[in-house]
Amino acid sequence: MNLKEWIFTTDHKRVGVLYLIGSIAAFAVAGIMALLMRAELSTIGPTITSNPTNYNVWLYTHGAVMILGFQIPALTGFFANYCIPLMIGAKDVAFPRVNALSVWLFYVGVILALMTFFIPDPPDVMWTGYPPYSTITTGNTAMYSFTVLILGFASIIGGVNFLTTVAYMRAPGVTLSKLNIFVWCTLGAFVLQLIFVPVLGTAVTLISMDKYLGTNFFDPTRGGDVLTYQNLFWFYSHPAVYVIFLPFIGVVFEVIAAHAKNMVFNYKMIIYGGVGGIVLLSGEVWVHHLYVSGMADWLRIGQMVTTLMISIPVGLMMIGLIGTLYKSSISFTTPMMYALGVVFLFLIGGLTGIPLALPSLTIGVSDTYYVVGHFHYVMAVAGTFAIFAGVYHWFPKVTGKMYNEFWGKLGFWITFVGSNIVFWTMMDIGVKGMPRRYYDYAHFPQFEHAHQVMTVGALILAVGFTIAILNWIIGAIKGPAAGDNPWGSPSLEWSTVSPPPHGNWPTPPSVSAEWHPYGFLK
Amino acid sequence: MRKSLKRLIMGLPTLATAVPTWASDTVAAVTPSIAKIKDPAVGWDHLWHEVIVDIWIIGIAFALVTAYFVWAYRRRPGNEVGASPKLSPASAVGWVVLPVFIFLSIDLYTAANGWVLWNTYRDVPANRLEVKLESGMYSWDYTYPNGVRTQNELIVPAGTPVMLRMTSRDTLHSHYIPDFRVKEDSMPGRVTYLWFNPTKPGEHIVTCAEYCGVMHGYMAGRVIVKAPEEYAAWMKQEETLLAAASAPEAPVVSAAKPAKTTVKSKKS
Repeated sequence: MNLKEWIFTTDHKRVGVLYLIGSIAAFAVAGIMALLMRAELSTIGPTITSNPTNYNVWLYTHGAVMILGFQIPALTGFFANYCIPLMIGAKDVAFPRVNALSVWLFYVGVILALMTFFIPDPPDVMWTGYPPYSTITTGNTAMYSFTVLILGFASIIGGVNFLTTVAYMRAPGVTLSKLNIFVWCTLGAFVLQLIFVPVLGTAVTLISMDKYLGTNFFDPTRGGDVLTYQNLFWFYSHPAVYVIFLPFIGVVFEVIAAHAKNMVFNYKMIIYGGVGGIVLLSGEVWVHHLYVSGMADWLRIGQMVTTLMISIPVGLMMIGLIGTLYKSSISFTTPMMYALGVVFLFLIGGLTGIPLALPSLTIGVSDTYYVVGHFHYVMAVAGTFAIFAGVYHWFPKVTGKMYNEFWGKLGFWITFVGSNIVFWTMMDIGVKGMPRRYYDYAHFPQFEHAHQVMTVGALILAVGFTIAILNWIIGAIKGPAAGDNPWGSPSLEWSTVSPPPHGNWPTPPSVSAEWHPYGFLK
Repeated sequence: MRKSLKRLIMGLPTLATAVPTWASDTVAAVTPSIAKIKDPAVGWDHLWHEVIVDIWIIGIAFALVTAYFVWAYRRRPGNEVGASPKLSPASAVGWVVLPVFIFLSIDLYTAANGWVLWNTYRDVPANRLEVKLESGMYSWDYTYPNGVRTQNELIVPAGTPVMLRMTSRDTLHSHYIPDFRVKEDSMPGRVTYLWFNPTKPGEHIVTCAEYCGVMHGYMAGRVIVKAPEEYAAWMKQEETLLAAASAPEAPVVSAAKPAKTTVKSKKS
């Protein structure tokens, strides 16, 4: 283990592992922020801090770091880097040095985000950074802009790299109709990143120009418009939800197919209907974040219909997942438990989104804890469970060793119970009127009990995640040897030794005409 | 299947009637069952309940199928490898077309209902009380048509629809009245509006629902609904106060003595 070798590596697997370590560290920090917030909210009035700005900074850090520092890098950084070249039978990515640059930029972005705690006026603009507040606050909005720009740039060059890799570096015989679903999903996510990240970059750049250089893009007294920022921001940030959703559902497909030892159900339906449908629709639904913002009525109505239509590709994917279980052979390993957990959590999260597609129902629950509960189910918890499923699933390949099944399953159940306690309660009090982003809920005393329940739930959740992460660390150090293909999967990444050497295969993989990544031998 | 067919058949005419309704900006021509709903809050509760029932049904159906598969196809002797049948091209297409049809019919039905309720939210009755709202860090400042002003207390008569025309003097705010199921952001440079229908006397909390600054969580006020007579009495009192305050103060100021005493007292 030579540190210099790791820092200057161009091996896609090491780059991937660096992404994983960085994103898990970001996850831990952002998780601690969540615990601080839950502690603060456990009683009415000041609990652990008497300064609301502290709470607002925790909230900003939790949101921004969980999305930009944990989920997107873990999914499009670790999984994409580690798995895509192995799944398509390539020796490495198309541009290994560009790949190394992207992970360095990622670390710069994460360090910048964590410096929040060491500068005098940390950003307190929420992960959305809406003006006019973000341009008049004493908090450091530039920090927010630069974090977003650097992480966004890392993601864009990653996207170019992987689209090229999949287009040109597939092993002979790995045709487009034999790509793993995860590869298709991640390609979809990178297409979205390439189209939409520049828009977010523009939005946060204009915010900092307004604040520091005296421009007036968002100042109506000087010819600007407040709503323009919200449009630009969500024009990226709604597709960003699918940048997270597509790879995580891809991971769940891989895990379910491998541990149920079954051909995925209706492959082309998942690719064309699911991935294709989401990529096509994702750019036409952002206005549902602006249903109560004073947007033009006709635009709210138009995007109500497109938002509801998202149920079609997502529903086809759910049918694909559940259909894969039909006449399968399910082994209840830890990754499979997490993957089945995703199906359940995503079902709740997806269905509770239907009311939020309607502007009229959104008028009642927008900006309440209902919305917070909904997006934690659909994206935050479901996505995190999928990441955990994937890390457990590829753990034997990455380390060559086996994790502990007992602690793995225990960690799963604790996390599963904890997340439902927190987020179900959250949706419940949200419908009753609890608004989000409140440091203190003095004028909603009726919700104190529910807040205490959620604080306990959050602690349970923390215990579960800690068990899982410790399980990985201990397993990586002294787990028993796992063998090259512990799950008996025909997918190409399992055809090499564990852990794979530089260049991935001792001898180039050969693919027969009958081979299919989900063709399990009888 | 039959249910979704029924929904599509029911949903399409509703949608078809909703289009001209929206275009002509009136709510009169909608299907009879929905035309009764005049109060957006009542309509919200009704539609919310309906959508929640629907998503419970869909959710339980999916969950039951999943749970059955998980139990029935667990790995055990004799079932070591999955054996799902290979789909014929026709059934592969069928598995796309049929779900798309079902999902789309649910979507259109939901959209039509949501749309009708949306019109209720946006079409303000003509017999309304119009109040101007300026929000700021961290208060709600109301101005009545006759110039009476209040802060953090919106006092309205029962039985009259109330419309707020809103703007903000600093950051974004959102005037949220949970009891009336209504909110809309206010911002500098644009005027937004909302309306609600207070039916009986009582007090309702108003709270800020859009992150507006450090003290966002403390930005609260009240809607106080009074009986029409009480409201009239209160308004009369306020008008008198306003008249007194804005009456020409010239006599008082030009009176030499009080002015001098003020100066003197300042000097001493």
